Amino acid sequence: MTLLRHDFLRSPVAVASATTLIAAALFAILGPALFGDVAGKVNLRARNAPPFDLHSGWLNILGADALGRSIVARIAVAARNTIGIAAAAVVASLVVGGGIGVLVGLSNGRMAGFIMRCVDIVMSFPSLLLALVVLYVLSPSPWNVVLVLAITRMPIYVRTARAEVLEIRERAFIAAARVMGGGTRHIAMHHVVPLVLPTLLIVAGLEFALVVLAESALSFLGMGIQPPDMTWGLMVSDGRSYIATAWWVSFWPGLTIVLVALSANLLANWFRGASDPTLRKPRKVGADA
Amino acid sequence: MLKFLLRRTLQSAVALLALVTVVFFLARLTGDPVDLFLPLEATEEARARVAAQYGFDQPIPVQYVRYLGGVLSLDFGPSIFQGRPAIDPVLEAFPVTLMLALVTMSIAAALAILVGAVAAYRPDGVFDRIASVVTLIGASTPDFWLAIVAILFFSVSLGLLPTSGTGGIAFWVLPVGVLLTRPLGVLTQVVRSSFLNALSAPYVRTARAKGASTRRVIFVHALRNALLPVITVAGDLLAGFLNGAVVVETIFGWPGIGHLMISSIRQRDFAVVQAAILVTAVAVFVMNILIDFAYARLDPRVSVRQAKQ
Repeated sequence: MTLLRHDFLRSPVAVASATTLIAAALFAILGPALFGDVAGKVNLRARNAPPFDLHSGWLNILGADALGRSIVARIAVAARNTIGIAAAAVVASLVVGGGIGVLVGLSNGRMAGFIMRCVDIVMSFPSLLLALVVLYVLSPSPWNVVLVLAITRMPIYVRTARAEVLEIRERAFIAAARVMGGGTRHIAMHHVVPLVLPTLLIVAGLEFALVVLAESALSFLGMGIQPPDMTWGLMVSDGRSYIATAWWVSFWPGLTIVLVALSANLLANWFRGASDPTLRKPRKVGADA
Repeated sequence: MLKFLLRRTLQSAVALLALVTVVFFLARLTGDPVDLFLPLEATEEARARVAAQYGFDQPIPVQYVRYLGGVLSLDFGPSIFQGRPAIDPVLEAFPVTLMLALVTMSIAAALAILVGAVAAYRPDGVFDRIASVVTLIGASTPDFWLAIVAILFFSVSLGLLPTSGTGGIAFWVLPVGVLLTRPLGVLTQVVRSSFLNALSAPYVRTARAKGASTRRVIFVHALRNALLPVITVAGDLLAGFLNGAVVVETIFGWPGIGHLMISSIRQRDFAVVQAAILVTAVAVFVMNILIDFAYARLDPRVSVRQAKQ
């Protein structure tokens, strides 16, 4: 752990992305309380006010939207929906998908085969299309969006966890635990899960970026969170009609999505490199030739 | 070989049946299906008429059997908005998306092979690092935002390219460019890492020992083997492409299947939505079978039995 912390502090990229994610999380927690009023305040004199112009107050530093509402404040408030939904979906699919994957890996019976076929089918199908159809039939409430995102992204955890378990369960310490009288449940919880978890966390980090993008796309298409609730994807969509006259309305929320997704990707990549010693020094081409 | 094909077709058919069933029961169990066809302010009379017309007044099992029969003969009922069988607009839109997919994927593959090969030639060199950063940024950028920024820059500011619509080559540049980013990044990394594996393989050492030039080793010996893993990610790329197509077609006004789906959803044209999802599903399953098949044919070490795993 100390080694990991040492590595972390020495990597500017890891520190920067962690900082960005923490800032986003803080906005998600505090944003609505701090900026809730300002974000909804219509100011027709600042309609589509341009960015970096402080005449209408520092809150309009990134400009204002078609109703003169501060874009900074709206990004801060929308963070709760965007980050919250993505985090809930990722945690749900991590727990359920990872759990199923571990069980399937340990049992490997007929049922396991069936589950893996289902996983293949869900994975081969475009998740956005699936989400669109389900949200069309159900109503696009926040919990339904979480549910749809969690279900469509679950297969990857099942597959990853199972692949890891298949390798781990052949090792000697599992056999030893079994000889000592450990039941399947004990072995799963105490010997398998601790080893599978780091890999699943890396997947979850990469998936967080993906889910933020997916939720934003759903909102953008009008099938996710509905106004007056805010998400970054919805803000981009709002600004679409003003693209020729007020680019900033959709530019900044989109850039925020990029920053958050990029940070999640970078942090997950850093963690993968730091936790796996074999990846530390990449092999040079022909080093063994 | 035949047995494998049969098996896969059967599996796909079961999956399709499951998909159709889920859509059917979701639509029936989560509320009055009439809601899916009519606006909220529809009168009771109109609702009763629609219910009778589509057989929603029948018991659920009867509806299900009737529905399945319809699906099998590609009859999803009439499109309320277009006044013709729902399958017609879907079959018109499908080739448009297929063309877009072919063009995008060909360009992505060609570029990825080039970039991946150069990046693998000097791992951790400047080019390799730039390639991996660009890949990461591409993977973190929402395609709808990229499309808007591209329109802003190339169409609004520079006035070089049309903002949306279809027509000559100029209309293809932005949609293909936006759709390209994600598959290109994934493919480049796959090509790069498989190139690295190939370059340290014994047969490359043999070729070197026999005096082959570096260029010959890379382009004749390593390239063909490095391309194999590309096929394994082709299925995932296809699914990703279709996700992107929904967004890109909507923004650029391309009359493809993604655009059709979103507009049918907005018009609450449920028959068309169902037809579109089923046709897409069939296409996806057929493509996946073809991909497995190609993999088994290209790599003699992989038997068809293994390919299905």
